[in-house]
Amino acid sequence: MSPKRKAGAGSGPAERRSGTATDRLQRLLALVPYVVSREVVGLAETAGAFGVTENELVDDLNMLWCVELRSPDPYCPIDLSYEGGEIMVSQAESMDRPLRLGTDEASALLIGLRMLAELPGPQDRSALQRTIAKLEAAAGEAAEASASVAVHMDGRAPADIQVRVAEAMRQDRRLHLSYYVPGRDEATERDVDPMRLLLLEGRTYLEAWCRRAEAVRLFRLDRVLALTVLDVAAEVPESAEHLDVDSGLFRPSPDDVRVELELAQHGRWVAEYYPCEEVTELGDGRLRVVLLTPDTRWVKRLALRLGEEGRVTAPAGLAREVEDEATAALAQYA
Amino acid sequence: MSKQKTERLLSLVVCLLSASRYLTAGQIRAAVPGYPETFDAFKRMFERDKDELRELGIPLETGTNPGSDDEVGYRISRQAYELPEIRLEPDEAAVLGLAARVWRQAELAGAAAGALLKLRAAGIEAEETTQPGIEPRLQTGEPAFGPLWQAVRDRRPVSFGYQAAGRATPQSRHLEPWGVVNRHGRWYVAGFDRDRGSERVFRLSRIDGPVTFTGPAGSVTVPPGTDARNLVQEWDDDPPPVRTAVLRIKPGTGFGLRRRASSDKPGGDGWDVVEVPFSESGGWYADYIASFGSDVVVAEPVDLREAVIRKLKGALA
Repeated sequence: MSPKRKAGAGSGPAERRSGTATDRLQRLLALVPYVVSREVVGLAETAGAFGVTENELVDDLNMLWCVELRSPDPYCPIDLSYEGGEIMVSQAESMDRPLRLGTDEASALLIGLRMLAELPGPQDRSALQRTIAKLEAAAGEAAEASASVAVHMDGRAPADIQVRVAEAMRQDRRLHLSYYVPGRDEATERDVDPMRLLLLEGRTYLEAWCRRAEAVRLFRLDRVLALTVLDVAAEVPESAEHLDVDSGLFRPSPDDVRVELELAQHGRWVAEYYPCEEVTELGDGRLRVVLLTPDTRWVKRLALRLGEEGRVTAPAGLAREVEDEATAALAQYA
Repeated sequence: MSKQKTERLLSLVVCLLSASRYLTAGQIRAAVPGYPETFDAFKRMFERDKDELRELGIPLETGTNPGSDDEVGYRISRQAYELPEIRLEPDEAAVLGLAARVWRQAELAGAAAGALLKLRAAGIEAEETTQPGIEPRLQTGEPAFGPLWQAVRDRRPVSFGYQAAGRATPQSRHLEPWGVVNRHGRWYVAGFDRDRGSERVFRLSRIDGPVTFTGPAGSVTVPPGTDARNLVQEWDDDPPPVRTAVLRIKPGTGFGLRRRASSDKPGGDGWDVVEVPFSESGGWYADYIASFGSDVVVAEPVDLREAVIRKLKGALA
């Protein structure tokens, strides 16, 4: 199933713009210690770190500078300047340290760090272990809840293949892949220039420039039948962009065929396993699902594997192909 | 309006952080600009402000000053407020950005970004660098992830509708959650199932409808020594192959089967004879062979052959 987007769940500082009053308050409380810990820091650099424009940053600085407490005697607790594009805080009262980490904040980083620490491969784990220990110490109680989330990092990739791909990437070399395409039951041969390794939805993928397709492609490492590191430097074209893997691996296209399947109870797993456009309950645990696909060969295989637990109801031509194939296969057992 | 509120909350935080003793509501009202004139209106706004600060994790304490009158006052203890000293070496700071990136657009992405901001504010240079190696990503497309994370975080029991495999309709389930676990890219929640009276595991993608909290924070006790990692274990791994199938496969086809072959030779009659070890598990292997249609014929064993024939007949029924 394609992941559902969450509104407002930003991925980096750039997406944490001043939304509500409390969002902005959090930024203001972090801004003073940010400058204090660096003594002097550029406006542009700071705006970048906080994901705001320079004008928004100047508004923030003005607001901090204007804070006034009226009693017992009126005074301004914060004094700062940003002349010449350099910010300096000369008086910060009791605001010179950031607020401690909340449970969600500490957990997000700790879960991420523990995932990285568990990745297979020869990389140095000591930096991760040290960071985890320091962050746990700094977060205190806020770190405890992170232990109730665990992520198994088995990407189901053959270890030797993964190690050789990683090695080729370090040396910037081109790879020759013999790659299995199960939907067509084909072994394909291609030269690829590696871009990055990804662990997504429990599988390890190589993102690479495929010289046969002349496009960026993802290759599941458990489907690599054989691999040769070529004595040629990898050449990823300037125009090649990373795939947007965060919006789901499956991207429907207007040219896709619309396939309708009816599933009995034991065929319901199809709705969990494949990205469905529509899922309709038919009663008695039966489901109707609609899939979009550029190539129906894999659906034919799926229908054969489902047997009586699933039926292609549209398009009619595909339903006939499934029947013909099953008939031909049965004839061989006669 | 929003700007005035930010100014007021900021002044309130600075005021309470700087105070060396508890400040009464009256003293706060005198010091912090932006509150309304009448005391009742002030009280209402001050109550809301306190809630908002606490929601941000600001430790607003209530108490009375020793040796003074009984009126309750407020303060923010700097020790409780401040992030303790944390210093990271460059190689340690470098991994922080990677760790935050795990969440990308998933549930805790905003929290990860907030944490990085505070650490940068503590003087740490956590850059978003790309490093060679694997980039792992977590996806939390299941709507149940958010409430179940809150439930394990706050130790609260929950109930939800669950569509178990092989059941016609969803059932209502009551769970004391102990941990949320991702295995092979899928999310599970494990804990004590109050309906069954024992430990159970549920898959988040099968949770149907909303997750409801059925008790207050802190009312779930996780058994000592529980390790979330071990809650969802080996049961979804393929059992080791113990039998061997003899398959006849058309040349140039059946790569998926041949990949696991222990022997693969031409049979002399235009077909290849391929021997593949397989495990006895729930008819999965017969289903898989059926997906190759007329390219593959099972010679042995008989039960596998019959299972494939049944499957193919099912596709015609």
